[in-house]
Amino acid sequence: MSVSTNTDGLPRWATLALLPAINLGAALVVSSLVILAIGQDPVSALAFMVKGAVGTGTGLSYTLYYATSLIFTGLAVAVANHTGLFNIGGEGQAYIGGLGTGLVCLALTGWPWYAVLPVAVLAGALFGAVWGLIPGYLQAYRGSHIVITTIMFNFLASALMVYLLGGPLLEHGQMAPESREFAESTFLPGVKEIAAALGYRTSTLPLNLSLVVALLCAVGVWFFIWHTRWGFQMRTVGANDAAARYAGINARTTIVVAMALSGALAGLVGINELQGVQHRVTLNFQAGMGFTGIAVALMGRGHPVGIVLSSLLFGALYQGGAELSFEYNEISPRLVVVIQGVVILFSGALEHMFRPALVRLLKPKAPAGAGQRA
Amino acid sequence: MDDTALWIVSLLASTVRLATPLVLAALAGFYSERAGVVDIGLEGKMLTGAFAAAATAAVTGSPWLGLAAAIAASLVLALVHGFACITHRGDQVVAGVAINTIAAGLTAVLSNAWFDLGGRTPSLDSGQRFLSLHFPLAETVRGVPLLGRLYGEVIGGQNVLVYLAALAVPATSWIAYRTRFGLRLRAVGENPAAVDTAGISVTWLRYRAVLITGALCGVAGAYLSTAQGAGFQENMTAGKGYLALAALILGKWRPYPTLAGCLLFAATDALQTRLQGVAMPVIGTVPVQIIEVLPYILTVLLLAGFVGKSIPPKAAGRAYVKDR
Repeated sequence: MSVSTNTDGLPRWATLALLPAINLGAALVVSSLVILAIGQDPVSALAFMVKGAVGTGTGLSYTLYYATSLIFTGLAVAVANHTGLFNIGGEGQAYIGGLGTGLVCLALTGWPWYAVLPVAVLAGALFGAVWGLIPGYLQAYRGSHIVITTIMFNFLASALMVYLLGGPLLEHGQMAPESREFAESTFLPGVKEIAAALGYRTSTLPLNLSLVVALLCAVGVWFFIWHTRWGFQMRTVGANDAAARYAGINARTTIVVAMALSGALAGLVGINELQGVQHRVTLNFQAGMGFTGIAVALMGRGHPVGIVLSSLLFGALYQGGAELSFEYNEISPRLVVVIQGVVILFSGALEHMFRPALVRLLKPKAPAGAGQRA
Repeated sequence: MDDTALWIVSLLASTVRLATPLVLAALAGFYSERAGVVDIGLEGKMLTGAFAAAATAAVTGSPWLGLAAAIAASLVLALVHGFACITHRGDQVVAGVAINTIAAGLTAVLSNAWFDLGGRTPSLDSGQRFLSLHFPLAETVRGVPLLGRLYGEVIGGQNVLVYLAALAVPATSWIAYRTRFGLRLRAVGENPAAVDTAGISVTWLRYRAVLITGALCGVAGAYLSTAQGAGFQENMTAGKGYLALAALILGKWRPYPTLAGCLLFAATDALQTRLQGVAMPVIGTVPVQIIEVLPYILTVLLLAGFVGKSIPPKAAGRAYVKDR
């Protein structure tokens, strides 16, 4: 899947804003039809979702907390995409990365959070990078298909974590498969602590400092992809790996580095979920965030700004969907998964459907067939 | 001795039952991928089929209507896949991911809304399911050591969809290697330009392949919810579509070796539940996860060429552009 195609002369604003808007519109139409099929009123349901996502302080805090994880996984998918790789293994990389973060938080008991954070970030990134690097290596040097390998690595990650949390990491006398709680000094501070400092007592404000880490990562990815030699090599391999080889770029190393970086970004989900909120290693803490990263990256057109914006959108959908299912018993919170799927369909697989039509509409003088590409 | 025989018979019977959805889904993938359309959406089509079958059987009381609904629902998703990948030349893997995601969400939302059982469909009673068929003389020969039970409980005593899956393997082999359609199907997956030059529509061939894939995935889904199980549960395919894809890769995109792959995966699955917490000679207790991940590790090693080499159809994953 290509991230940007400017060969057909579609204006930049249309590529960056209009196409995602049309895709989102199509996704909203489909979800409205689903809500209608359930026998509910889509307009009031969607209005309720918006209110639940951004209408209250608590809602907004949840929206931004979901968005934090999605920025990590969205960036992960995008970095691989720029290199022409479809990393479907963000889920497993996030899971294993969280293991790294969790082990650090469990080990550094007496440390203050600001000393733990850099170590936890490094460990999460390292563990995630290893889980992405192996499929990358197998793709580059052994010709394995990255999609199949990363799917298999998701299952391997899941089995490994079930094993670790069921035995070696299990807290004694504990039934639920999770580790012991981290030391309180290692907890990442968030709006809950700010609220407490201002004299408000709240228990459910999950937004924490890892949003800042996520935003720094977005800036870092932007700089890396568009302003470094490595980023240039990745984009060249992604655009045309034969041409990249002729230009003297080592495509194999580039693929391995891209997958390691992709895995490292996904691996940081644990900073938000574990060090930030759960404060222990739990089963399936990444909860589909790795898969949602695919929709986020596609909708954000692979650019960090777009990814931050679409993370906010999907964060709002997660939170709004959860609120919606409290209000309407008939509507499952999984409605957001349907919307996510439709977004992947329209902005990923069917990207060539709206685009030629837009090209014809916005460029009346374009010769026939200009919108087609191989 | 008799205990061991019983254990083997029960292991084999359970292997056959667990292999059936894998065989159906892997053969489904065979048609699509041999025609040059990569399909990682087997999982989603199966899941949708499972839901459609259970919901229809619960409402109408007929497993056959359920089966028809499963095939129909899965065909709709197959058409979406074809529309995106064949007509609009979209990325086949992304389309597959989209279908899996939509299926996971939609089945959960609809089952929750229509039946209000927290994402399940009502439990099906025996009249609404595909039940075991009893083979003639099964009771009479039961006393014959090992063979009697093998006849009654492994070869016989399965439901009709198991036999359908068993028949689908030779049928697929015959269609793919002995018919004109099969020849063209394989050709379009290797060299679509040659097929096009011969005046045969690449688009129509690939659509037919994708539709067969949809129908078989529907049957696989119906098997899960109305034959093996007694109702639909959220995400009840639990990765079986991906496992079927792995079996197809393990079988190097050929029907009989793919069947062998499915049986191998099903056997590890059957073993895994039986070896839970059992201390084995020499090695002691093995964590079940190690047995559970064997299919995945095998697939990774195979794709990487460490254990044999599995090479996909040449044109798989690429849309065909007629006027280049």
